[in-house]
Parts: sequence; C-alpha cells; structure tokens
Amino acid sequence: MTAGTISITGHGGDEIEAYLARPVDPAGPFGSVVVIHHMPGYDAATKEIARRFAANGYAALMPNLYYRDAPGASPDDAAAAARAKGGVPDERLVGDVGGAAAHLRGLAGSNGKVGVIGYCSGGRQSFLAACSLQLDAAVDCYGAFIISPPPDGMPLKVQPIVGLAKDLSCPLLGLFGADDQYPAPAETAELARELAALGKTHDFHTYEGAGHAFFSPNRPSYRVDAANGGWEKIWEFYGRYLTS
Amino acid sequence: MCTYVTEKIEITGSGKGPAGWFALSDATVYFDHPQHAQAEHTLNIDFLNPGKGPAARVAVELTAESARALARAIEATLEATPPGLI
Repeated sequence: MTAGTISITGHGGDEIEAYLARPVDPAGPFGSVVVIHHMPGYDAATKEIARRFAANGYAALMPNLYYRDAPGASPDDAAAAARAKGGVPDERLVGDVGGAAAHLRGLAGSNGKVGVIGYCSGGRQSFLAACSLQLDAAVDCYGAFIISPPPDGMPLKVQPIVGLAKDLSCPLLGLFGADDQYPAPAETAELARELAALGKTHDFHTYEGAGHAFFSPNRPSYRVDAANGGWEKIWEFYGRYLTS
Repeated sequence: MCTYVTEKIEITGSGKGPAGWFALSDATVYFDHPQHAQAEHTLNIDFLNPGKGPAARVAVELTAESARALARAIEATLEATPPGLI
C-alpha cells in the first residue's frame, strides 16, 4: 500500500487535511472507504485502520474533522480545541465526508463505489452521512444518540437522527457491544426495527462480553473476539457492496 | 461513549508545555475517552491559552478516583494556607 497526508476539499469548499491509504497498484479497480475518526481525533490508531483497509484492497480516506479548529496541531491538541468549541457540527461532517467520497471516486482505479465507517462518535456520523449522501455501504461501530437523546444535563449538542433513516442511501452494518450503555442494546434493537419497517437493508451484530470501543487495540476496552468477529463482518459486507 | 461533558473556566496562572512556560487563560474539565491513560473514561483537564494556539496546552488524564483525590488535596492545601497569603 501507499499512505500519507493529502489535502481535500471539504464542507463549504474548505481545504482540509486528510489521510489517504490505497493499494500500490493505481490501476485498480478498487472500492473505497471514508473512515470517520473517533472523538479523540485524527490519531495514529485511526490512521492504522485506514492502512488496514488499504492492505485489504480498498482505498481509504480519513478527513481530519478537527482541521479547521487547529490546523497543523497534533491530533490530541486538535481534539481538545475542537471540544472547547463544542465539537463537529452535523452539517460540516456531512460536507467533509461528501468531499472525501468525491475525492475517492475521482481516483484513477476507483470502481466508483464508496463506503463509510465510523467509530464511537463516528458511528453516529457514519449513519448521518449515509442518510445525507449517496453512498454504497455504511458501517456504524457503536455510535450513540441515533435513537435516544443524550442524558439530561449533558451539554452534548447532537440530537437523535433516527428520523433520517428513511433517507438511508445504502446497506448499513451495525457492530455493537452487549455491555455498552451508549448505545445500549435496546437502542440498537430499536434502530433495527425502524430500519426493518422502512425496508432498509441492514445487518446488526451485538457482541457478548464487549462494551464500547471494543475495536481499539490500544485501549483497555479492546475485546479480541468481538474485534476479530467485527472485522470479518466488515470484510464480508464491503466485499459484497463495494467490490462486486 | 463520547460524552462531550465539558466545564470551561477562565483561570490565571502559568503552565509548562513542550516549548516551556506560558501564561494560562482557560481550563476545560471533562469526563471522556482519554488519549493516553489506560482507562475507558477519565477526568481530563486541559490548561490552555487559546491565544497562543492549540499546542499551548498542558493536559492531564486522571481516573475518577485520582481526580477526586486531587480535588480534595487542592482544597486541603488552600484551607491550610496561613491567612493573608490568599
């Protein structure tokens, strides 16, 4: 693979930083994935995820959602600055993912298919993007606040977005932990029922013995069985919808 | 979970970062995923000077137990300070 930092056009025509990882052979054809980083930011662990997609034959592009808040800053300083400013507005997220998807479709060798995946806060944002943009496959890894609002007293600015489900443009894979409270299993089950009622293709899996952030190998929340099982589901899902 | 719970205060003092000492103007306190600490959630404090850029930051990530102990220690120290110094 080849990987590095590039500049892409994001929401509002802004030039933002992004991390691109892609197969060495530029001829393709290859499917592509927009990787949405978690709340701790555009960090080394999420860049590693982007490279993992490239190692498996996909072009992966991760926009730095905090770039405007702290251009050139280290990922942790940028995450702190973004938090102090209230986080990423939903509208800006959609614009940045849309810009990343357009960049990927424009790569020589692209087969024209683009998926999205997000972790933690990015799980909700992956669903949001898939309901707001024309994409080919979406993966939500333990995204909260799609069905339920944040708890009372929490100054979180985001609101439930289940009302957007009717606009979901592509199949959705959901990967969740049975011990997670945000989203709780009851919440993800409700989302599954909503998608079923709307006739939207979805495939949800909830792993026993796992809580939030079970995919993160550098955190104590890592659960090897859930992570390995989840990656298998991701390869099957993207193989079906992004490479065929 | 990504909590976004954040308390923001204005402060006066100094902090030491990678580039040396700098004046502090703000602090944010929040309970959320850490960058480095080995816990799912931690009490995080950023001592900041936004006017000097995002890298003008002194950060700590503490377990909830440690954060409470720190808060008690700060209060105890201030209480024990002789009159006239504060």
